[in-house]
Amino acid sequence: MAKKNSNKKNKIPSQDKSFNSSRRNLLKSVGVVGAAVGAGTATNVIAQDSPQARLETSPITPEALEVLTAQEAETLESICNCLIPSDENGPGAQEARAVHYIDKSLASHNKDARELYMVSLQAIDSYARKTRGRPFYQLISDYQNSILLAVQNNKVSGCSPSGSGFFNMVRNDTIDGTFCDPYYGGNQNFVGWDMLKYPGVRLSTTEAEVAQGAALAPNHQSAYNHDTYTKTAGNSVANQRRGGHNA
Amino acid sequence: MPKNLPKTDVVIIGMGAAGGVAALPLTNAGLKVIGIEAGGWLSPRDFAPDELRNGARNWPQSSQKAANEAPTVRASSDQKAVQGGHPMMNAVGGTTMHYWAQSWRLNPWDFKMVSATRKRYGANRIPADSTVEDWPFAYEEIESYYEKVEFAVGISGQAGNVKGKINDRGNVFEGERQSEYPMSPLRSSPFTAQMDKAARSLDWNPFQGPAAITSELYDGRPPCQYHGFCNKGGCHVQAKSSTAVTTIPKAIDTGNLDVVTYARVTNIVTDNNGKVTGVDYLRGSEEYFQPADVVLMASYAYENVRLLQLSKSRAFPNGLSNNSGQVGKHYLSHHQGSPVIALFPHDLHNWYGLPAQGVAIDDWADDNFDHAALSFIGGANLWVHTDRKPISAAKMSTFGRGRNWGTEWKKFIMENADRTNTAYIQKTTLPYDGNYLDLDPSIKDTMGFPVTRITARYRENEKRIAEFSQTKMEEWYREAGAIDIIKTGLGDAMGASTHAYGGTRMGNNSETNVVDRWGFSHEAPNLGILGASVMGTSGSRNPTLTVQALSWRTAEHLTENWRSIVG
Repeated sequence: MAKKNSNKKNKIPSQDKSFNSSRRNLLKSVGVVGAAVGAGTATNVIAQDSPQARLETSPITPEALEVLTAQEAETLESICNCLIPSDENGPGAQEARAVHYIDKSLASHNKDARELYMVSLQAIDSYARKTRGRPFYQLISDYQNSILLAVQNNKVSGCSPSGSGFFNMVRNDTIDGTFCDPYYGGNQNFVGWDMLKYPGVRLSTTEAEVAQGAALAPNHQSAYNHDTYTKTAGNSVANQRRGGHNA
Repeated sequence: MPKNLPKTDVVIIGMGAAGGVAALPLTNAGLKVIGIEAGGWLSPRDFAPDELRNGARNWPQSSQKAANEAPTVRASSDQKAVQGGHPMMNAVGGTTMHYWAQSWRLNPWDFKMVSATRKRYGANRIPADSTVEDWPFAYEEIESYYEKVEFAVGISGQAGNVKGKINDRGNVFEGERQSEYPMSPLRSSPFTAQMDKAARSLDWNPFQGPAAITSELYDGRPPCQYHGFCNKGGCHVQAKSSTAVTTIPKAIDTGNLDVVTYARVTNIVTDNNGKVTGVDYLRGSEEYFQPADVVLMASYAYENVRLLQLSKSRAFPNGLSNNSGQVGKHYLSHHQGSPVIALFPHDLHNWYGLPAQGVAIDDWADDNFDHAALSFIGGANLWVHTDRKPISAAKMSTFGRGRNWGTEWKKFIMENADRTNTAYIQKTTLPYDGNYLDLDPSIKDTMGFPVTRITARYRENEKRIAEFSQTKMEEWYREAGAIDIIKTGLGDAMGASTHAYGGTRMGNNSETNVVDRWGFSHEAPNLGILGASVMGTSGSRNPTLTVQALSWRTAEHLTENWRSIVG
């Protein structure tokens, strides 16, 4: 697990452009959970672009729901996809597993928002069934988008704290889940950072690297791929940088 | 009953920017010092380059003492105050762990703005409702302390005026310095070079601002690695010149400083003659009384003021050092909002930038330009910098280009994530009648003590500076090639801020000030106060270096006048 960074460099296959974004396959092939496991996949270094590489970089990792129900997760997944869609410009919140990030955050840091999510997701799904006769996640994206716009404009009753309040929260959390460090369960396979052409976490940059801007090759490193920060059993104090005074 | 501890010479409440500096001259002089700190020690291993944890979730200060006592805020006394967030850090090193590290000297004008304004523009230009006073001394009196701190903690920058010799790569408006900075400025970047060039073509005077960040090997610490996670994050290589890696370890090495962590002072104890005798503090569930000859308060303005107001005694029934009713008065928080946001037609290459790597303009700050035809006094420092991270980039303004979600928006952020910049504009902010700190009548912390209540709002002078400086900022961005500009609102309530001033103002007049020209209480002679709570004016730049210079000065005064202060 505690591989040296230098070994990993350039060996994590780049994100597969042909990644199948259909919902069914996505649920089967969701990316790695967290950076620690991501680091583990790098131990199986396989030539890029081979079918085998695709399998190895997209392991079928179990994805639990810690807070949301299956039905809530379906609704939320569709909302995330409306906000940052998978489209002709590439992957979006779905591939990043923003919904997985949000579910995990509702079990920990963001637990005060649980009830707001549950109440609002149900209100949105009920509105979909009432106005379109189907659950939200089964609607075509035009209908989903128009309902979400109605939520944003406070035209769907039952959302908490309000339609726009819930909309702003879920938008904020979907962005966090798409562009955060992959440790947190989102931004899987670095699809969020690649979307923005962010070249990745580095512990040091030179002037020449900065000057390259978006031409700098993404390194696909999580903060927790670095020995200094990952807290695994193999990462002994002796490997770590010197601490602060008395630390 | 609290457990009585052996007496010490000096107790410092708070081991942050101020207390962490004061400890060094005190311990070097042989005084035994106990530093009481509400937080603990942090190390480079604690500061992962993690935007979510640092930026969005505010680790680690979200889980600390200050989070339990966030001030309530209201714009005026006819409103109900509402509790919001807090910007303070509890840790050894305090806010110097995670601050931006901009380390300015105030302009000489800031120390005498009342007399200088009267002299240049006439008596009626100071806003009638302002309680501003000249400082009890001029820039020249604090200059050597600025220099001491710049070398002791390690500041990088480009001097603009050394002994009267002007260098236009530095700040040509700064007060005269006796020496260059100990380190050259942080390196430039493609964006800072672009903004520097644009300012020069406007015939302005751009320069790289001073930072408490190493630009080269300094005092055993390596230079900045430009990984860019300074904002709300500590440094992974100790390049940020926090007191936790500079003056505090040196003070400990003298053998005269003991730092007590995870301890919070609940009361400053006084005798019936009005002298302080020590402090009560709580560590875990244990209560202690730490006797001391001298107590130095060194917390944020909110905490200094609150502890004085909570420390009631027979000698001080309205709170310690508050028999003149000045504790909590002359409060202000810096007007540092109302930014201008620019969109450029090309990438700016800012993914690895930091808040202190930037370009400043002082042409429109302080009294560096003629205000005769203007309706305000003071001005603003314009600052552009290079910090950018993915989450905040994705949350960028859409510049009015439609919906902030969906396919079109996604295309917009994919194209423009590295093309936007937000200016940081710090404005002269004045103290006013009706702006003050007191104890909230209903909101309490987890221990049952009332939290601080902020009642304060910006007035016309600040809003006019905001409007004026936004116009200048737009001019600068346009000159640099910006294709779209957003100017945000001019501000109203003064919320809780990292730049919180006043509440225990320094001045010779004991009727309008809490501490004397040396930082000691007018009413309790062996109580000293460090921190921005003693500052009566804000200037138009970050306060920390001035706080640290004042702390050094107060500490040195104590060592040189020990007998008369202890009595």
